[in-house]
Amino acid sequence: MVAHLPAIVASEGLLERARSLLGSFLLEARLRHGELSLRVARTAIYEVLRILRDTRDLAFDQLIDICGVDWPERAERFDVVYHLLSMKHNQRIRVTLATDEANPVPSVVDLFPVAGWFERETWDMFGVLFEGNPDLRRILTDYGFEGHPFRKDFPLTGHVELRYSASEERVVYEPVRLKQDFRDFDFLSPWEGMLPGDEKAGPAADKREGGA
Amino acid sequence: MNDMSAVPARETVPTTAETGIQNYMINFGPQHPAAHGVLRLVMELDGEVIERVDPHIGLLHRGTEKLCEYKTYLQALPYLDRLDYCSPMCMEHSYVLAIEKLLGLEIPPKAQVLRTLWAELTRISNHILNTTTHAMDVGALTPILWLFAERERLYEFSERVSGARMHAAWFRVGGVHQDMPEGLADDIRDFADRFPRALDDVQALVADNRIFKQRNVDIGVISAKDAIAWGFTGPCLRASGIPWDLRKAQPYEIYGELEFEVPVGNRGDCYDRFMVRMEEMRQSIRIVHQCLNRLKHMQGEPVMAADPRIVPPRRAEMKRSMEALIAHFKLYTEGFKVPPGEVYVATESPKGEFGVYLVSDGTNRPYRLHFRVTGFAHLQAMDVLCRGHMLADAPAILGSLDIVFGEVDR
Repeated sequence: MVAHLPAIVASEGLLERARSLLGSFLLEARLRHGELSLRVARTAIYEVLRILRDTRDLAFDQLIDICGVDWPERAERFDVVYHLLSMKHNQRIRVTLATDEANPVPSVVDLFPVAGWFERETWDMFGVLFEGNPDLRRILTDYGFEGHPFRKDFPLTGHVELRYSASEERVVYEPVRLKQDFRDFDFLSPWEGMLPGDEKAGPAADKREGGA
Repeated sequence: MNDMSAVPARETVPTTAETGIQNYMINFGPQHPAAHGVLRLVMELDGEVIERVDPHIGLLHRGTEKLCEYKTYLQALPYLDRLDYCSPMCMEHSYVLAIEKLLGLEIPPKAQVLRTLWAELTRISNHILNTTTHAMDVGALTPILWLFAERERLYEFSERVSGARMHAAWFRVGGVHQDMPEGLADDIRDFADRFPRALDDVQALVADNRIFKQRNVDIGVISAKDAIAWGFTGPCLRASGIPWDLRKAQPYEIYGELEFEVPVGNRGDCYDRFMVRMEEMRQSIRIVHQCLNRLKHMQGEPVMAADPRIVPPRRAEMKRSMEALIAHFKLYTEGFKVPPGEVYVATESPKGEFGVYLVSDGTNRPYRLHFRVTGFAHLQAMDVLCRGHMLADAPAILGSLDIVFGEVDR
């Protein structure tokens, strides 16, 4: 453990306790970098968080955060990540579940009122549905926005841009027109493609020929 | 009562009995001086009493988290300054700690002291802004005039140490970018000696002031239980009586070795949130003194880790060594790779718990970077805090929550 980092380390004991409490809800438990991550079934999330909150010797009574992660190559492409904090026992825990565009995640607003906006944000950014959230509107994007910007297949430049139109005397939306092509540098391989035996030599060479 | 005979026989004319008194909605913002940025509050009012508040946020949403996915770890760092632009170095702090956690990188003792020192100076700067503008929102103009002179000195210090007044990008993976220039420590000490007096003057102005108290005491009360449930952290949580401070509970850098107190309130109202911040500034000054005393014995020590895979070579070295030149070029184009994994690191930013959730796929760019920001949770509670209060209390409550939209909207 690196000395200058926040002094909080999840213990094997906590892992075992979580394992015995959650039973079949728990798909996987990992202790890495002193952080305990639990992977649970999507439908069980409400019950899991309730157990973690209400069990006296755990008392994870503060929901710190909910966020999404997109893994487009997976069948269930989204991870929804819950971070919990127990002030009483000075412990943190991470609960993760997997879902896709269609299957809604049970909302935990009843357990933690703070989840309301966190779930709205995850819906807005990734398009993950939360069943039971009474107010699942978009939150960070513009009124009338289309798409879910933090998905990996959503372009960084977006689809529309807006400007003030003097003739129409209002703000108008137009498709994005880039003055120069979007440049996504392949930082990883400034020299690759030039060396014999390089695994990227093929596609890179093809690309060069295709461009010429 | 409903004797219709006196009413002209026209169906379109409503009688008084049929007309209900309706609540009306108003828009607070998005451009409003007391909104502390671009916030639109849709308020439902019954007369002057607030029935419901619906904050519409996102007007400053820039997609920082996604932008960072397209940058190397070093290039993403300056975006952090632009989250909570009132406490930029504290934003950098969680980010560099998260990367160091995945890398397993130790940093030299002097860098730890410098980071602690600047985190506290940033905290003072942030609290000056919040307490004085809060006072201004409820009618006291003098505090902002007095304390902003002090805050200006802090910005001047920031410029001397990093080259930028606000967007410092000074905390780097492996330490801090450069050592403090000569003479700066003395000037900070001079500031730390004088500042408590300025703070006392301001506190004497408002703390017992009748109008200030009427505007703040028992306004926006939140109990300890509710504060936890609504995700409150930092001064807002402590004002409700919970002595929870990550610097004490989960100490990072050198906080575990320092002496300071964690002030708590007991009512959880606007007044307590204000006073907690005032006292926190005094505690920060104590920490600043302790850090400066340590720095005195650390002359010439390194401020960056000695890992050439992550830390760029010093300029002087590059003039003589070809390898250093190559390493420099590689680090500033390709960057360094971070081992795959996920970490969550939270620090006590001036506003509360600022956490960075970092997912790395082993490349030189973050696969997913998520910021757990403080104001997002606090602002959500605006509805429960404002309900039943007068319209004029809304700016006081908003001011006491310390909202900055660079952070809330990301």
